[in-house]
Amino acid sequence: MDLNILWYLVPSVVMFAAGVYGFVTRKNMIAMLVSLELILNSADLNFVIFNRFLFPDSMEGMVFSLFAIAIAAAETAVAIAIIINIYRAIGSTDIVETNKMKH
Amino acid sequence: MVGNIILYFVVALAIVIFSIMAVTTKKILRAATYLLFVLIGVAIFYFQLGYEFLGAIQVAVYAGGIMVLFVFAILLTHKPNANAAPLGSHRKIAGILASVIGGGLLLWALFTMPMLETSEGVRSLSDAIAGGPDISMKMIGRAFTGTEKYQYLLPFEAVSVLLLACIIGGVTVARKR
Repeated sequence: MDLNILWYLVPSVVMFAAGVYGFVTRKNMIAMLVSLELILNSADLNFVIFNRFLFPDSMEGMVFSLFAIAIAAAETAVAIAIIINIYRAIGSTDIVETNKMKH
Repeated sequence: MVGNIILYFVVALAIVIFSIMAVTTKKILRAATYLLFVLIGVAIFYFQLGYEFLGAIQVAVYAGGIMVLFVFAILLTHKPNANAAPLGSHRKIAGILASVIGGGLLLWALFTMPMLETSEGVRSLSDAIAGGPDISMKMIGRAFTGTEKYQYLLPFEAVSVLLLACIIGGVTVARKR
Protein backbone atom coordinates (compact mmCIF):
# COMPACT_ATOMS: atom_id res chain seq x y z
CA MET A 1 0.00 0.00 0.00
CA ASP A 2 1.46 3.30 -1.06
CA LEU A 3 0.13 6.80 -1.48
CA ASN A 4 -0.62 7.58 -5.13
CA ILE A 5 -2.35 10.41 -6.98
CA LEU A 6 -5.93 9.32 -6.21
CA TRP A 7 -5.38 9.44 -2.45
CA TYR A 8 -4.65 13.13 -2.60
CA LEU A 9 -7.30 14.03 -5.17
CA VAL A 10 -10.20 12.58 -3.17
CA PRO A 11 -10.01 15.03 -0.19
CA SER A 12 -9.70 17.80 -2.76
CA VAL A 13 -12.96 16.68 -4.41
CA VAL A 14 -14.68 16.65 -1.01
CA MET A 15 -13.44 20.18 -0.30
CA PHE A 16 -14.73 21.34 -3.67
CA ALA A 17 -18.18 19.75 -3.16
CA ALA A 18 -18.47 21.24 0.34
CA GLY A 19 -17.56 24.63 -1.08
CA VAL A 20 -20.23 24.37 -3.78
CA TYR A 21 -22.83 23.38 -1.17
CA GLY A 22 -21.91 26.32 1.04
CA PHE A 23 -21.88 28.74 -1.85
CA VAL A 24 -25.40 27.74 -2.89
CA THR A 25 -26.99 27.52 0.56
CA ARG A 26 -25.41 30.33 2.56
CA LYS A 27 -27.15 33.68 2.70
CA ASN A 28 -24.44 35.57 4.55
CA MET A 29 -21.83 37.12 2.26
CA ILE A 30 -18.88 36.35 4.57
CA ALA A 31 -20.00 32.72 4.81
CA MET A 32 -20.17 32.61 1.00
CA LEU A 33 -16.61 33.94 0.91
CA VAL A 34 -15.56 31.11 3.27
CA SER A 35 -17.04 28.59 0.81
CA LEU A 36 -15.24 30.34 -2.05
CA GLU A 37 -11.95 29.92 -0.21
CA LEU A 38 -12.61 26.18 0.07
CA ILE A 39 -13.17 25.93 -3.70
CA LEU A 40 -10.03 27.97 -4.47
CA ASN A 41 -7.95 25.87 -2.11
CA SER A 42 -9.06 22.61 -3.68
CA ALA A 43 -8.05 23.98 -7.09
CA ASP A 44 -4.61 25.01 -5.75
CA LEU A 45 -4.16 21.59 -4.19
CA ASN A 46 -4.99 19.95 -7.53
CA PHE A 47 -2.34 21.98 -9.39
CA VAL A 48 0.29 20.87 -6.91
CA ILE A 49 -0.80 17.21 -6.88
CA PHE A 50 -0.73 16.88 -10.66
CA ASN A 51 2.64 18.63 -10.73
CA ARG A 52 4.13 16.29 -8.15
CA PHE A 53 2.81 12.98 -9.48
CA LEU A 54 2.74 13.47 -13.26
CA PHE A 55 5.60 15.93 -13.88
CA PRO A 56 7.94 15.64 -10.88
CA ASP A 57 10.92 17.14 -12.73
CA SER A 58 9.27 20.54 -13.27
CA MET A 59 7.62 22.99 -10.85
CA GLU A 60 5.09 24.87 -12.97
CA GLY A 61 2.13 23.69 -10.88
CA MET A 62 3.72 25.06 -7.73
CA VAL A 63 4.43 28.43 -9.38
CA PHE A 64 0.84 28.60 -10.59
CA SER A 65 -0.39 27.80 -7.07
CA LEU A 66 1.75 30.61 -5.68
CA PHE A 67 0.20 33.09 -8.12
CA ALA A 68 -3.27 31.74 -7.30
CA ILE A 69 -2.65 32.29 -3.57
CA ALA A 70 -1.49 35.88 -4.16
CA ILE A 71 -4.53 36.67 -6.31
CA ALA A 72 -6.90 34.97 -3.86
CA ALA A 73 -5.53 37.16 -1.07
CA ALA A 74 -6.12 40.31 -3.14
CA GLU A 75 -9.60 39.16 -4.08
CA THR A 76 -10.54 38.41 -0.46
CA ALA A 77 -9.33 41.83 0.73
CA VAL A 78 -11.41 43.66 -1.89
CA ALA A 79 -14.44 41.45 -1.23
CA ILE A 80 -14.28 42.13 2.50
CA ALA A 81 -13.96 45.89 1.86
CA ILE A 82 -17.09 45.73 -0.29
CA ILE A 83 -18.96 43.67 2.32
CA ILE A 84 -18.10 46.17 5.08
CA ASN A 85 -19.24 49.01 2.82
CA ILE A 86 -22.55 47.24 2.16
CA TYR A 87 -22.95 46.66 5.90
CA ARG A 88 -22.50 50.40 6.48
CA ALA A 89 -25.08 51.21 3.83
CA ILE A 90 -27.86 48.74 4.72
CA GLY A 91 -26.89 47.38 8.15
CA SER A 92 -26.73 43.75 7.12
CA THR A 93 -24.55 41.28 5.22
CA ASP A 94 -27.45 39.11 4.07
CA ILE A 95 -27.58 38.73 0.29
CA VAL A 96 -31.38 38.78 0.36
CA GLU A 97 -31.27 42.32 1.79
CA THR A 98 -28.88 43.70 -0.81
CA ASN A 99 -31.69 44.53 -3.22
CA LYS A 100 -32.33 47.50 -0.93
CA MET A 101 -29.50 49.21 -2.79
CA LYS A 102 -31.82 49.63 -5.78
CA HIS A 103 -34.18 51.97 -3.93
CA MET B 1 6.74 5.31 5.09
CA VAL B 2 4.14 4.15 7.60
CA GLY B 3 4.37 7.53 9.30
CA ASN B 4 3.58 9.19 5.97
CA ILE B 5 0.44 7.09 5.54
CA ILE B 6 -0.74 7.76 9.10
CA LEU B 7 -0.15 11.50 8.62
CA TYR B 8 -2.05 11.33 5.34
CA PHE B 9 -5.08 9.70 6.97
CA VAL B 10 -5.19 12.14 9.88
CA VAL B 11 -4.92 15.19 7.60
CA ALA B 12 -7.33 13.87 4.95
CA LEU B 13 -9.93 13.07 7.62
CA ALA B 14 -9.47 16.52 9.17
CA ILE B 15 -9.88 18.22 5.77
CA VAL B 16 -13.04 16.25 4.95
CA ILE B 17 -14.67 16.75 8.35
CA PHE B 18 -13.75 20.40 8.83
CA SER B 19 -14.64 21.45 5.29
CA ILE B 20 -18.11 19.95 5.71
CA MET B 21 -18.48 21.55 9.15
CA ALA B 22 -17.34 24.92 7.79
CA VAL B 23 -20.27 25.05 5.39
CA THR B 24 -22.92 23.58 7.70
CA THR B 25 -22.28 25.23 11.08
CA LYS B 26 -24.72 27.86 12.27
CA LYS B 27 -22.25 30.26 13.83
CA ILE B 28 -20.20 32.26 11.35
CA LEU B 29 -17.14 32.63 13.58
CA ARG B 30 -17.01 28.86 13.92
CA ALA B 31 -17.17 28.52 10.14
CA ALA B 32 -14.09 30.75 9.90
CA THR B 33 -12.29 28.64 12.52
CA TYR B 34 -13.06 25.40 10.68
CA LEU B 35 -11.82 27.04 7.47
CA LEU B 36 -8.56 27.77 9.29
CA PHE B 37 -8.18 24.06 10.15
CA VAL B 38 -8.82 23.11 6.51
CA LEU B 39 -6.20 25.60 5.32
CA ILE B 40 -3.63 24.23 7.77
CA GLY B 41 -4.46 20.69 6.59
CA VAL B 42 -3.83 21.73 2.98
CA ALA B 43 -0.52 23.28 4.08
CA ILE B 44 0.47 19.94 5.65
CA PHE B 45 -0.34 18.23 2.34
CA TYR B 46 1.96 20.70 0.59
CA PHE B 47 4.75 19.88 3.03
CA GLN B 48 4.13 16.17 2.55
CA LEU B 49 4.26 16.51 -1.24
CA GLY B 50 7.67 18.15 -0.93
CA TYR B 51 6.74 21.79 -1.59
CA GLU B 52 8.00 23.37 1.62
CA PHE B 53 7.98 26.94 0.31
CA LEU B 54 4.39 26.67 -0.90
CA GLY B 55 3.32 25.24 2.46
CA ALA B 56 5.00 28.11 4.29
CA ILE B 57 3.28 30.62 1.98
CA GLN B 58 -0.06 28.88 2.56
CA VAL B 59 0.35 29.18 6.33
CA ALA B 60 1.58 32.79 6.17
CA VAL B 61 -0.89 34.19 3.63
CA TYR B 62 -4.01 32.11 4.25
CA ALA B 63 -3.82 31.03 7.86
CA GLY B 64 -2.13 34.28 8.85
CA GLY B 65 -3.43 37.08 6.65
CA ILE B 66 -6.76 36.06 5.21
CA MET B 67 -8.05 34.52 8.44
CA VAL B 68 -7.31 37.74 10.36
CA LEU B 69 -9.26 39.66 7.69
CA PHE B 70 -12.15 37.22 8.03
CA VAL B 71 -12.25 37.43 11.80
CA PHE B 72 -12.13 41.24 11.75
CA ALA B 73 -14.89 41.40 9.14
CA ILE B 74 -17.06 38.99 11.12
CA LEU B 75 -16.57 40.88 14.37
CA LEU B 76 -17.34 44.19 12.62
CA THR B 77 -20.57 42.99 11.04
CA HIS B 78 -22.07 40.43 13.44
CA LYS B 79 -23.36 40.29 16.96
CA PRO B 80 -21.42 37.71 18.94
CA ASN B 81 -23.27 34.39 19.24
CA ALA B 82 -25.72 35.25 16.47
CA ASN B 83 -27.05 32.20 14.66
CA ALA B 84 -27.43 32.08 10.91
CA ALA B 85 -31.01 32.18 9.68
CA PRO B 86 -32.46 28.70 9.11
CA LEU B 87 -32.19 27.47 5.55
CA GLY B 88 -35.13 27.31 3.21
CA SER B 89 -35.67 23.76 1.95
CA HIS B 90 -35.34 24.93 -1.68
CA ARG B 91 -31.85 26.24 -1.17
CA LYS B 92 -30.83 23.19 0.83
CA ILE B 93 -32.06 20.79 -1.86
CA ALA B 94 -30.41 22.86 -4.58
CA GLY B 95 -27.12 22.91 -2.65
CA ILE B 96 -27.16 19.18 -1.93
CA LEU B 97 -28.01 18.41 -5.57
CA ALA B 98 -25.28 20.68 -6.91
CA SER B 99 -22.58 19.37 -4.58
CA VAL B 100 -23.53 15.68 -4.79
CA ILE B 101 -23.88 15.67 -8.59
CA GLY B 102 -20.74 17.77 -9.05
CA GLY B 103 -18.68 15.76 -6.58
CA GLY B 104 -20.01 12.46 -7.92
CA LEU B 105 -19.10 13.41 -11.49
CA LEU B 106 -15.63 14.46 -10.38
CA LEU B 107 -15.09 11.21 -8.46
CA TRP B 108 -16.34 9.17 -11.43
CA ALA B 109 -13.99 11.05 -13.73
CA LEU B 110 -11.11 10.49 -11.28
CA PHE B 111 -11.56 6.77 -10.92
CA THR B 112 -12.09 6.10 -14.63
CA MET B 113 -9.42 8.41 -16.04
CA PRO B 114 -7.31 6.66 -18.72
CA MET B 115 -4.18 8.05 -17.07
CA LEU B 116 -4.55 5.40 -14.34
CA GLU B 117 -3.61 2.70 -16.90
CA THR B 118 -0.21 4.29 -17.50
CA SER B 119 2.81 3.93 -15.27
CA GLU B 120 2.87 7.67 -14.43
CA GLY B 121 -0.74 7.51 -13.22
CA VAL B 122 -0.06 5.03 -10.46
CA ARG B 123 3.33 6.38 -9.42
CA SER B 124 3.73 6.34 -5.63
CA LEU B 125 4.58 9.42 -3.59
CA SER B 126 8.09 8.27 -2.70
CA ASP B 127 8.86 7.54 -6.39
CA ALA B 128 7.46 10.92 -7.40
CA ILE B 129 9.57 12.77 -4.84
CA ALA B 130 12.66 10.75 -5.79
CA GLY B 131 11.96 11.40 -9.49
CA GLY B 132 12.20 15.16 -9.19
CA PRO B 133 14.84 17.59 -7.99
CA ASP B 134 14.71 19.03 -4.49
CA ILE B 135 13.02 22.38 -4.98
CA SER B 136 15.43 24.85 -3.44
CA MET B 137 14.85 28.51 -2.71
CA LYS B 138 17.40 29.28 -5.43
CA MET B 139 15.30 27.53 -8.10
CA ILE B 140 12.15 29.35 -7.00
CA GLY B 141 13.94 32.70 -7.00
CA ARG B 142 15.33 32.05 -10.50
CA ALA B 143 11.90 31.02 -11.74
CA PHE B 144 10.36 34.28 -10.53
CA THR B 145 13.03 36.69 -11.75
CA GLY B 146 13.88 35.66 -15.30
CA THR B 147 12.37 36.09 -18.73
CA GLU B 148 13.51 32.80 -20.29
CA LYS B 149 11.32 29.75 -20.83
CA TYR B 150 9.78 28.53 -17.53
CA GLN B 151 10.57 31.86 -15.86
CA TYR B 152 7.89 34.21 -14.70
CA LEU B 153 9.07 37.80 -14.29
CA LEU B 154 6.12 39.34 -16.17
CA PRO B 155 3.35 37.58 -14.17
CA PHE B 156 5.29 38.38 -11.00
CA GLU B 157 5.28 42.11 -11.82
CA ALA B 158 1.63 41.90 -12.88
CA VAL B 159 0.79 40.45 -9.46
CA SER B 160 2.67 43.35 -7.84
CA VAL B 161 0.55 45.86 -9.76
CA LEU B 162 -2.59 43.87 -8.90
CA LEU B 163 -1.74 43.95 -5.18
CA LEU B 164 -1.14 47.72 -5.36
CA ALA B 165 -4.47 48.23 -7.14
CA CYS B 166 -6.12 46.01 -4.53
CA ILE B 167 -4.68 48.05 -1.63
CA ILE B 168 -5.90 51.31 -3.19
CA GLY B 169 -9.27 49.76 -4.06
CA GLY B 170 -9.75 48.33 -0.58
CA VAL B 171 -8.97 51.65 1.09
CA THR B 172 -11.22 53.61 -1.29
CA VAL B 173 -14.16 51.26 -0.95
CA ALA B 174 -14.05 50.78 2.83
CA ARG B 175 -13.09 54.27 4.08
CA LYS B 176 -15.62 56.46 5.88
CA ARG B 177 -17.12 59.27 3.81
